[in-house]
Amino acid sequence: MNPDASTIAAGAPIEVDLTPIAEGQDIKVFWRGKPIYISHRTKKQVEEAQKTPLKDLPDPQTDQQRTKPGHEQWLVVVGICTHLGCIPIAHEGSYNGFFCPCHGSVYDTSGRIRQGPAPTNLPVPPYAFLTDTKIQIG
Amino acid sequence: MSGPSDFQPTNPALKWIERRLPIMGLMHSSFVAYPTPRNLNYWWTFGAILSMMLAVQIVTGVILAMHYTPHADLAFKSVELIVRDVNFGWLLRNMHAVGASMFFLAVYIHMFRGLYYGSYKEPREVLWILGVIIYLLMMATGFMGYVLPWGQMSFWGATVITNLFSAIPYVGDSIVTLLWGGYAVGNPTLNRFFSLHYLLPFVIAGVVVLHVWALHVSGQNNPDGVEPKTAKDTVPFTPHATIKDFFGVSCFLLLYAWFIFYMPNYLGEADNYIPANPAVTPPHIVPEWYYLPFYAILRSIPNKLAGVVAMFAAIVVLAFLPWLDTARTRSSKYRPLAKQFFWIFVVVCVLLGYLGAQPPEGIYVIAGRILTVMYFAYFLILLPLLSRIETPRPVPNSIADAVLAKSGKAASIAAAFLIAGGLLVGGAQTARAEDSHGVSPPANKWSFAGPVGTFDRGALQRGLKVYKEVCASCHGLSYIAFRNLADPGGPGYSVAQAAAFASEYKIKDGPNDAGDMFERPGRPADYFPSPFPNEQAARTANGGAAPPDLSLITKARSYKRGFPMFVFDVFTQYQEQGPDYVAAVLQGYQDKAPAGFTLPEGSYYNTYFPGHAIKMPKPLSDGQVTYDDGSPATVAQYSKDVTHFLMWTAEPHMEARKKLGLQVFVFLILLAGLLYFTKKKVWASSH
Repeated sequence: MNPDASTIAAGAPIEVDLTPIAEGQDIKVFWRGKPIYISHRTKKQVEEAQKTPLKDLPDPQTDQQRTKPGHEQWLVVVGICTHLGCIPIAHEGSYNGFFCPCHGSVYDTSGRIRQGPAPTNLPVPPYAFLTDTKIQIG
Repeated sequence: MSGPSDFQPTNPALKWIERRLPIMGLMHSSFVAYPTPRNLNYWWTFGAILSMMLAVQIVTGVILAMHYTPHADLAFKSVELIVRDVNFGWLLRNMHAVGASMFFLAVYIHMFRGLYYGSYKEPREVLWILGVIIYLLMMATGFMGYVLPWGQMSFWGATVITNLFSAIPYVGDSIVTLLWGGYAVGNPTLNRFFSLHYLLPFVIAGVVVLHVWALHVSGQNNPDGVEPKTAKDTVPFTPHATIKDFFGVSCFLLLYAWFIFYMPNYLGEADNYIPANPAVTPPHIVPEWYYLPFYAILRSIPNKLAGVVAMFAAIVVLAFLPWLDTARTRSSKYRPLAKQFFWIFVVVCVLLGYLGAQPPEGIYVIAGRILTVMYFAYFLILLPLLSRIETPRPVPNSIADAVLAKSGKAASIAAAFLIAGGLLVGGAQTARAEDSHGVSPPANKWSFAGPVGTFDRGALQRGLKVYKEVCASCHGLSYIAFRNLADPGGPGYSVAQAAAFASEYKIKDGPNDAGDMFERPGRPADYFPSPFPNEQAARTANGGAAPPDLSLITKARSYKRGFPMFVFDVFTQYQEQGPDYVAAVLQGYQDKAPAGFTLPEGSYYNTYFPGHAIKMPKPLSDGQVTYDDGSPATVAQYSKDVTHFLMWTAEPHMEARKKLGLQVFVFLILLAGLLYFTKKKVWASSH
């Protein structure tokens, strides 16, 4: 009952061009049937995320651990709430990050859980920068 | 199953079979000669009611499966086509969907009865545990069945429930992948759920056989909780229990038919008339009403794993009941304290169900936690404690003694049944999508409301005109074929008129022999063409908000009725939230947003739209459409007419449904009456 060959093949890595995403904007792409949020964060958002003390986090992770060095303005996370799988809304909630409308989990601009029933941060999918403006997810 | 049968067929052929396979003797001893306690009340008819519901679900389900397509792209449409095109498909679907709710209603009453009369106590522990297994299987079956229509609630319900298993340490994620058959809920998930939804009812039927077997070994419990001692304590199953069960079943069918024919969507979710969309989560995901108490327990615990464990523990704890409650007196009738706490427990369960449908914030969370503690305290603290400290009243020496001392309690039982049923069923309505800013739309007078409501042909024809001249430029109507315009119960056009209407449209067809697509005039069998080739095109052309297809819009939109209105709605058959909302939105445009409200760019202010900022510009203005029949050419009239029309597109067989409902009700009431008097006659000498 594990995924069949065609399902696995359809889950191959995808390339995403980042040039159209202006600062402060984000896009949602689908990979393996999951929505992936790619946010072009503002300097202020990056600073906020980096300065957050780890003791304030239920699932401690630094912003550096969740982004690629040299590309700190880009946040790539799986847009699936770690509680029960709803899709959080971007730019909502008291941390201006993500807010899940189902059971009220609040994530910050780094996709880290801050409030609500979700146990862990929004996962970062495997991805790599092919060039400065192109990433490959998967 | 009550020992060797003395049944001997007289016919030689039957005798021949009976000597080789004593099946008639088995049937005779199980369902004819089987001694049943003579003091059983109507709560004991729910066993028969449940057997009937299982049969109804299997029969309707098998026929539905003949027409259903288990594919993520086609499932939603195939369900709509069942309702619209299959002979009596609307009836089959309503029976099956409402049937699930009725099945659970009956099983809850059956379980509470067992709880109250101590039917789980020695020697019926295995019987009880088999019942808990049936209940778990029912929950799994019901959940997977709800996924099959592949609407928004189906999809997101499946996502939330399958994600529960990801809380299990180490193996959770692998289990979820096995359930999904992919990386997320998708087509493989739908396929395996369909397969299992078809399989599990037969597993249930198998366990039911074991359940009945165990019942016939230990014998039925009874309201006084004393075992039958002499022949005076029992009556033969047939005709006594049979006729009583038939009467109980006929009364239950009346309730069932009320929902099938008059309120088929009351127990469902408006959101499930929106096709599944993996990119949009509905604002409130709520399961079907029968899972709400457990959903409330899940949400009241702030830790994910603990929440999941608590939810399953709330069900599994039932299996341990025989060893948690060790009191020697079975029936709560003779346990003054247990009786009171039982009713408190019932209230706790109903309240948990109500909370399960509320948004998880503020006071609801706190109340949920208190009630969760009370739920578990009842089983883990109270029942073991009561068994030790309570002094029960003396139980009668025998069932016969109890029957002779019995006073009329039918009225109180009937009242309790009504209240419990009303509250349990009513819990569903709270599950409706709630909007935090919306204003309740004003109620309109619709000719299609009520038990004998019909469509107004004039309004349908005018509404079609408004749709064609205004709405159709952005909104599709993809489930309606031109032939439907000539269907009975529709706008009342002739077949020739429908064909002429169709020929005005250009329909894309092909490929032809040269392999090219071409356009041709529409035929009656064609469907209304959609204005945009796909959702992305519709989105791009309309500033990011795709205009929804209107075929089902009056059933896919709703607003929260709130307590206590949703309870009254069961009795008044109020079903018109959708049309009221649609008509209100069409008329709810304000030229200027009120002070303090910032309207996003490209949006318009609408009083009744949730959040008020609607992307659709004001669609209707006075005098825009010319009516031939002299009806006023006003926005109010247009809105009502087009809503009327869209109610028909959402529910094209509504008139047939209500008409058949009336006939079924007359039949059922007569049947129930006749069965009641037959039952009286049969039982005359036994009371």
